[in-house]
Amino acid sequence: MNQPLRMTGSATIDGTAIFSQLDLTLTPQSWTCLLGASGVGKSTVLRLFAGLAEGVTFTGDLSDPGRVAMMAQQDLLLPWLNVLDNVLIGARLRGDRLDKDRARDRLAQVGLADHADKLPAALSGGQRQRVALARTLMEDRAVVLLDEPFSALDALTRAQMQELTADLLSGRTVLLVTHDPSEAARLGQTILIMTPSGLVDVTAPTTSIPRDISAPDVLRAQTDLFDQLRRPV
Amino acid sequence: MTGWRAGIAATCLALALWQMVIWITGVARFILPPPALVAQTMWDSRALLAEHAVITMTEVLIGLALGAALGFVSAIALVAWPTARALVRPILVFSQAVPVFALAPILTLWLGFGLWSKITMALIIIYFPVTSSFFDALMRTNRDWIGLAKVMGASPARIMWHIRVPAALPGFASGLRLAAVYAPIGAIIGEWVGASKGLGYLMLLANGRAKTDLMFAALIVLAVLTILLHATVNTLCERTLDRSDVS
Repeated sequence: MNQPLRMTGSATIDGTAIFSQLDLTLTPQSWTCLLGASGVGKSTVLRLFAGLAEGVTFTGDLSDPGRVAMMAQQDLLLPWLNVLDNVLIGARLRGDRLDKDRARDRLAQVGLADHADKLPAALSGGQRQRVALARTLMEDRAVVLLDEPFSALDALTRAQMQELTADLLSGRTVLLVTHDPSEAARLGQTILIMTPSGLVDVTAPTTSIPRDISAPDVLRAQTDLFDQLRRPV
Repeated sequence: MTGWRAGIAATCLALALWQMVIWITGVARFILPPPALVAQTMWDSRALLAEHAVITMTEVLIGLALGAALGFVSAIALVAWPTARALVRPILVFSQAVPVFALAPILTLWLGFGLWSKITMALIIIYFPVTSSFFDALMRTNRDWIGLAKVMGASPARIMWHIRVPAALPGFASGLRLAAVYAPIGAIIGEWVGASKGLGYLMLLANGRAKTDLMFAALIVLAVLTILLHATVNTLCERTLDRSDVS
């Protein structure tokens, strides 16, 4: 996936505008963070790329990302399947061969090699989200859509998950929808704030991700983002 | 264990009340036989009761298996095809407005005096609760699971089989629990209308000959078998279909 993904146009649900005249480009093989207030249409953008925007009327141009991988705020693990089978669910749903060795490798990458036979209910919230990450890695797609995947986690677990995810998804085109300025400052190689009047491009730190929470440029970016978000529209 | 103790205590209380009614009213034994006489009759006629109980339970179990299978398939079909849903659901609801008792003579006319008219009766009576509770559970599948499966490239059939059906099995189980209680009612209605075997037939026969003690004995056997069937289905459901961790 070396073509940039682009979305230009407007979206409505039942005649109500969700966003209009949006012009969004995702740089290949880098992380784009989309920030914004609730209800501004961030998730709709992500769902349009995923092909899941039921009931949304989109007019404009949208490049086809091909098959994508997606990770949401809820881990969406199937409670009746053990951890290994949850990682393999994509292959099972497509009728592909089940590559258990590769699934075990993915679990090892997220540090859950010893938990393969457990049911999701036996895991903590952070562990469950790591299984969801292993499932996302198992899909092995060039484009990965992340819909506030860390927002339900406690602060420490969230920081660890941000680092792990940035490491394991490097080299892919990632769209991260978030409402957390600190997260955007740590992970965004492009940082965009979505407002009713369009996208605002905020200068992102140039260091490699995941960035240190306490690095001066990260703190500065975080403060800038806060200011931008609080500014009345 | 407290459940068992409470059950035994309730049974003793019911027997005591039964005996007291007889002592106080002095009612004739062909109208209300005393518990001891019914127990004596149960023991003396154990071969007869067992023979008829086997017939009734055969009808019930076959009706239950067929009704559960048919309900399972129908619910999936109704969820998978919106057109079928639009056409069939009103018919299903209408069918519930027809008293099943009224169908029994027709079924006997069509299917004869043998097992099949009773099996069909049991099947009809359990089909709706099984289908409707499984259908409701299938329709309640977490939309985000389905969305994720679509992103992964799953076909509707595979989403049904790998996500919706397993997610809805606890709903199927609650339908089965109801069915285990309803199925014997269907079989007994069938036997009342026309049969030469079965506990329902035995009850009518005993009643007609003023053998009230035998009628009560058959009734108690039927009640105990129904409770055992419900307990068995309940245990099987708990072991295989129920999950406390469904989110």
